[in-house]
Amino acid sequence: MADKIKTDHEIAPHAPGVDGELCPVKAWFVHEVLPLEAALMQFLRRSGRSEADIADLRQEVYLRVCQQAEKEIPHPVKPLVFTIARNLLIDQVRRGQVIPIESVADLEAINVAGDTPGPDRTLMAREELLLLRAALEKLPPRCREALILRRIEGLSRREIAERMGISEHTVSEHINAGVRALANALYGEPAQARRPQ
Amino acid sequence: MTSHANIEHQASAWIERRDMGEWSAELQSQFEAWMNEALEHRIAYWRLEAAWNRTERMVALRPADLRQSIRPAAASAPRNTFKFAAALGLFVIAGAIGAYYFSQPTYQTFATTLGGREVLTLRDGSVIELNASTAIRLYDNAKERRVMLEKGEAYFNIQHDASHPFVVISGNHRVTDLGTKFSVRTEEGGLRVALMEGRAEVDNLNATKPVVLNPGEVAVATADSISVARKPMRELADQLGWRRGQIIFYHTTLANAAAELNRYNRKRLVIADAATARLTINGSFPTNGIDAFTQAAEQVFGVRITHRGDEIVISR
Repeated sequence: MADKIKTDHEIAPHAPGVDGELCPVKAWFVHEVLPLEAALMQFLRRSGRSEADIADLRQEVYLRVCQQAEKEIPHPVKPLVFTIARNLLIDQVRRGQVIPIESVADLEAINVAGDTPGPDRTLMAREELLLLRAALEKLPPRCREALILRRIEGLSRREIAERMGISEHTVSEHINAGVRALANALYGEPAQARRPQ
Repeated sequence: MTSHANIEHQASAWIERRDMGEWSAELQSQFEAWMNEALEHRIAYWRLEAAWNRTERMVALRPADLRQSIRPAAASAPRNTFKFAAALGLFVIAGAIGAYYFSQPTYQTFATTLGGREVLTLRDGSVIELNASTAIRLYDNAKERRVMLEKGEAYFNIQHDASHPFVVISGNHRVTDLGTKFSVRTEEGGLRVALMEGRAEVDNLNATKPVVLNPGEVAVATADSISVARKPMRELADQLGWRRGQIIFYHTTLANAAAELNRYNRKRLVIADAATARLTINGSFPTNGIDAFTQAAEQVFGVRITHRGDEIVISR
């Protein structure tokens, strides 16, 4: 077992790149940070800002935690995420960029440890399927149809276009919009929406 | 549109193009440039990609669940035949086999989940073994024998029939059986094909010259090249250890070993720093032997093992 195996040629091992599964920040972000998104969104929505602004704030929180993670993976992550989110809201209130719905004092009083339990990180397969189905049902019908034809029937872009009687370009647009909407539904929805019935 | 919304649109466009198999060396370098341009880009992409990967499980949804979602298409509506292997264990629903039969085109979808393994026997006696986290579409009819390998790894033991060739297609690559036992594994940006017995041809739909593999040869196919290396048969056999539930490492970096074990286990190994990631390990572990692995790493390298929820962190 321990003796060295000789090889005629060495195939270059797959280099861990920015997109590789082995990129530690990516793995950490996907497995530690994304599961907090539902709670984070709930928290950010308390500022009373528009959904577009809240999505921007969310990405700003992600940016700051990932900047930190590129130096050293922070642990535990949850208090950090909520501290950053809170400070971001406070900054904006102080700079007068938003009409404060809650005063700074209220924001500071929020328990940053995050009182809402995070969603189960490993949902049971059945629940995961129900969640997926619920997410699909929320999509606009044509977008959902394109997504199902791609993901379940495995049709190519051209086959989907033919089947739906639309251009390949429109198929791409449906899939694009579907990917974004599914990310919001799978990560950003409040935890109770994850419970079937 | 805010700049974030704009980035998210770009990220979803990359996901769509990659998913559709519309990929080339040029797109890959454009993609890498875009990813490297800003952390914001990477974050937006990682988030959408994680969501998109989760939708792979949709194949386990029953057609009845979705029927109202698809307008009936005259020739190709699903016929609603669905086999569902239930109660196979805790998280096996997605690993259970969803077999759909369509009047046209005729194919079946098979998928395994984390840690899953399936053996399929075709009508002609050919055998396909699916490793964990693998999805294939199988076309097995009078006209053709074809497997679309969507992701993961499979081992093929094919009854050769020159008049009825067996092909495996994955992304832009095609493997054609010439009387063969071989394995095909999807890797980032390409495919790895290892030939155990007989011969097989590997080619690329971007039309590089096809390569014929002989026993002991491994082809690594990327978007625009196919390189072949000869390996000792023992090493190839070891790489197929998963067929017996074993993973065998030879001078494997901890980073690669962790990635390999993570294909089989719900608990994830995370390597905390680059120096630890570069340590190399030898040994044979059961695919579910994550504890044996971390103990070995602890004893051999004196690394620190920290349990953190569903993660096991290995650090200096």
